[in-house]
Parts: sequence; structure tokens; C-alpha cells
Amino acid sequence: MLDFTILIDNLDVYLQGFGNTVKTSVIALICSFILGVIIAVMRISPMKVLSAAGTVYVEFVRNIPLILIAFFFFYGLPALGFKLNGYQSGTVALTIYTAAFIAEAVRAGIQSVSKGQMEAARSSGLTYIQAMRYVILPQAIKIVIPPLGNQFINLVKNSSILGVITGLDLMYFGDSVASKTYVIFDTYIFVAMFYLVLTIPLSIFVGYLERRLAVSG
Amino acid sequence: MDFIGAYSIGNINYLLAGLLNTLLMALIAIIFSFIIGSVLGILRYAKIPVVSQLVIVWVETIRNLPLLLIIFFTYFALPEVGIKLDVIVAAIVALIVFESAMLAEIVRSGLNSIEKGQIEASRASGLSWMQTMWHIILPQALRRMVPPIVSQFISLLKDTSLAVVIAMPELLHNAQIINGKNVNYLIPIFLLTALLYFAVNYTLSIVARRLENKERSSKKTTGKTILRQDKAGGEAI
Repeated sequence: MLDFTILIDNLDVYLQGFGNTVKTSVIALICSFILGVIIAVMRISPMKVLSAAGTVYVEFVRNIPLILIAFFFFYGLPALGFKLNGYQSGTVALTIYTAAFIAEAVRAGIQSVSKGQMEAARSSGLTYIQAMRYVILPQAIKIVIPPLGNQFINLVKNSSILGVITGLDLMYFGDSVASKTYVIFDTYIFVAMFYLVLTIPLSIFVGYLERRLAVSG
Repeated sequence: MDFIGAYSIGNINYLLAGLLNTLLMALIAIIFSFIIGSVLGILRYAKIPVVSQLVIVWVETIRNLPLLLIIFFTYFALPEVGIKLDVIVAAIVALIVFESAMLAEIVRSGLNSIEKGQIEASRASGLSWMQTMWHIILPQALRRMVPPIVSQFISLLKDTSLAVVIAMPELLHNAQIINGKNVNYLIPIFLLTALLYFAVNYTLSIVARRLENKERSSKKTTGKTILRQDKAGGEAI
């Protein structure tokens, strides 16, 4: 049977970690969305240099582990004279990593809008940027929303790497409760519950969006 | 930064030894995850009362937890209830638990992509449910599952790096050991480690893409395509 006194006695610690997990997830989501859209637009732009740079970014980042990126910022950057704390390096790493996946989702969405739309918009006098902004992106968003939701769920789960680099998130404080109480099993079950409180509703919501947007085409 | 010192033969061999462990670990994990994931996926697909519901709860719970937490759990928490696993076993068990839940979903959507009419037709021609599954549905579904499974394998390969937290001697762990020796090695070693992961995973992702294109072009007439597992879907943590 679970020892709920651990949860109650350390509730403030758990909640502090929970709050930081939410905070880093939201910050990383917003930043990686902006970065991801920029990279997606770069990848499909007619300028060879930009699209090549975008492709290199996406392919490189997608194929290396997130924790390696986090270690690079946390342990590697001080060697170059930049010092970030665990929370900052974790959030930056999450942003860089997630942006690559968001870029792919956004690119797929943009490319699913038929080419004729771009041609029509351009021939009616809009610039490339204007055509993107007013014609293509608003249509692409609908296709992009479900995969973005999945990315956000991943982001929440991925934020647990902050725990490894003293990032003061749920995982980190879970460890500190475990080393204080010596009841590791129960402590981690409570940590798991806190994650599920975030991810299960998100999953259900994303599933709902997927079905809804699929029906309406 | 000391590139020449960092890239000594000894260091490079040490990193390659780590990479070998990473690959072995990923291979063992994917084989077991596939077997267990198939069973879970089929049970969920079969809609057996109670059993399917239990499978849904299990799969959804695991899929919504960070892999890192599961690794901590198998290594630090299980000994408390009398199950003591060594580092390698704990890491592989955690990976199998997590990835089999991911694969269960791939298997299920693969099965769902085969039209129901096929089941009805083969049942009507006298095959039992098991026979229908084994001879008609699975062989077709399996073909469609291959590309997402390769993608999942890439995620799994990246995920093995999380075992660094329990000092499993895989690639990232070995990189950190070298980094511990000399501050000037940090950047060169991180760079090389990243390139090693990239080389393996990028090759795999090209294979996945090829398979996907082949699958797509071979499937002109039949029903729905498999709902493509988000590339990141499985991955991580």
C-alpha cells in the first residue's frame, strides 16, 4: 500500500517541482514553436541556402539524443565561458530539440496545402511572405495542430531531463524527496502521478482534436 | 579546446565501445519490445472484455510517463520490493516496458488499417479467429508496420542515452567519462558523440523513408494508410 504521508508531508516540494515542469514546458513550447515555424518556412523557401540550412538543422537535431544537447549546454558551454544553470540549459535544450520536430510537422502541413494556392496568391500580387502569412499558413494550421499537441505531450515528458542537470523540475524534486525519506518506490509513484495529471488530459484532448479535425477534413 | 588530445586513439576506441553497447542494448530492447508490443497491440485490437481494458490502461499509463522516470524506477525503486536488477538489466527492462507500449500502438494501428471486410470474408470461409489473424490479417498488417517500427527504433536508440543516469556504460556515459578527464575535451567530445549518434540514426531514417515510399507506392488499391506514428511520438524519455 502506498504511504500517502510522504505525499502530504512533501507536498510543497512536489508542487514546486510540478510548477517548474509546467513552466519550462510552456516556455519551451512557445519558443520552439516560433523557432520551428521559422525553420519550416526556411526549408520550403525557394532560396537554396536557406532551405539547406533548415534541412541540416532538422536532420541533425532529430537524430541526436535530447540529453546530449542538454549536457552540451550544461557542461560544455562553461568551457567556452558561458554559464547557464540547470533550468536554463534544460529549457534551451528542450527548445532546440522540439523545434526540429515542430518544423517537420509545420512543413508537412504547409506542403499539404495545394501548390496552386501559392501560385494564385503570388500572381494576384502578394509577396512570398504575404502569401505565406495570409493564404498558406492559416490553412496549414489545421493540419498541424494534432501533431503539435503530440509534441507538447512529448515536451512535458522530455522536460524530465532537467532532473539530471539540477533543473529543479518534478523529477529533480522527486529525487530529493526519495533521498530524504528513503522510501524510493512510493516517492516515484507519486512523481509518476504528477506527470500523468499533466499528460493524460493532454493525450485525451489531442485524441479528440485528431478525430474532430479528421472528420471536418 | 583540445581536438588533438580529445581525439586520441584510446578515447575514440572508448567511445566506439560505448556505441557498440548502445547498439546492442537497443537491439535487444527492440526485439523484446516488438514481441511484447505485438501481444499488447493484438489484445487491445481484439476487444476482449476486461483484458483489453486492462491493456488500454497499462499502455496509456506507460506512454504518458517519462522514460527517465521508468529507468529510475527499475533501478532504484524495484530493489525496495525485493527485485534487484543490475545496471544493464534495469536499463533494458525500462526500455522494454516503455517501448513495448509504443509498439503496441503501432501494431494496433497497423491492424486497424486492414479492412474489416477481410476478417468477415475469412471467417465466412470457415477460418477461426486465430487462423484469420495469423494467415490473413497479420501478414498484411506487418508490412505496413515496418516503416513506423524503424522510426521507433531510431527513437529507442536515442533513448538509450538516458541510461547515463544510472551509469550504464553506453555511448553518452563513456563520453562523460572522457569529459571528466580534461575540461578542454568537452566540446570536441560532445561534437564527436553527436556525430556518432547522428551517423547511425540518419542512416536508419533514410532506410525508414525508403521503406515508407515503397509501401506507399505498392499500396494503390487497398484501404487506409497506417496513421503515421509521429516521428517523435515514441521517442523519449
